[in-house]
Amino acid sequence: MIRVQREVFETGVEIETMTSGRTDIGAVVSFTGLVRDFNEGTTVSKLTLEHYPGMTEKQLEKIEREANERWDLQGSMIIHRYGVMELGEPIVLVITASAHRQDAFEAASFLMDWLKTKAPFWKQEEDAHGQSGWVSERREDIDALDRWEKK
Amino acid sequence: MTILYFAWLRTKLGMSTEDLPCSDEVFDTDSLVAWMKTRGPAFAEVFSDLEVVRIAVNQEYITSNTPLKDGDEVAFFPPVTGG
Repeated sequence: MIRVQREVFETGVEIETMTSGRTDIGAVVSFTGLVRDFNEGTTVSKLTLEHYPGMTEKQLEKIEREANERWDLQGSMIIHRYGVMELGEPIVLVITASAHRQDAFEAASFLMDWLKTKAPFWKQEEDAHGQSGWVSERREDIDALDRWEKK
Repeated sequence: MTILYFAWLRTKLGMSTEDLPCSDEVFDTDSLVAWMKTRGPAFAEVFSDLEVVRIAVNQEYITSNTPLKDGDEVAFFPPVTGG
């Protein structure tokens, strides 16, 4: 399941929703990305995320489908926010559930690595002086994909 | 066709969307990009380095020249930075 929304989400509530009443799930992994106050050596006071409505949902659904094909998952969820975000607020949530921990761990990592380089979102940061600038792509994010290449 | 611009392409060009007809001059993504470069200094600058411009046709990434027809949705945007 995927959700693209402006509103803040609560990680605990989302995990509870996925696992409630289920006895086939033995492992749940979640990753939450937060707005932090620095990037590439500058102070950040606010973050705005632009996205491509329609294509964003399509890409996230495709990434989620791929994860479910590669790992044995009992459940998966991606939530990604757009719009204006304050420091400390959550940006993105990935939850994976499986019978054994390895599938959930690997699938969660895979989902984050893929969405970082494929989902059409763009971050714009504002510093303490109100100056804003677009965030650049990171080489590490592209390299992170290599380990998921099918051998 | 509907053309969409996102992030710094949108702010540099001062628009987020426009409608363009297919023509003898513009009929695939290569010819569209070539035509974009002739539209003035802002367009010439934005399309000068195609290493930093991603193209999607009908909401799917493309990596090679792709034919276009009226009704298609073509988006230009920088490498993504979500997550």
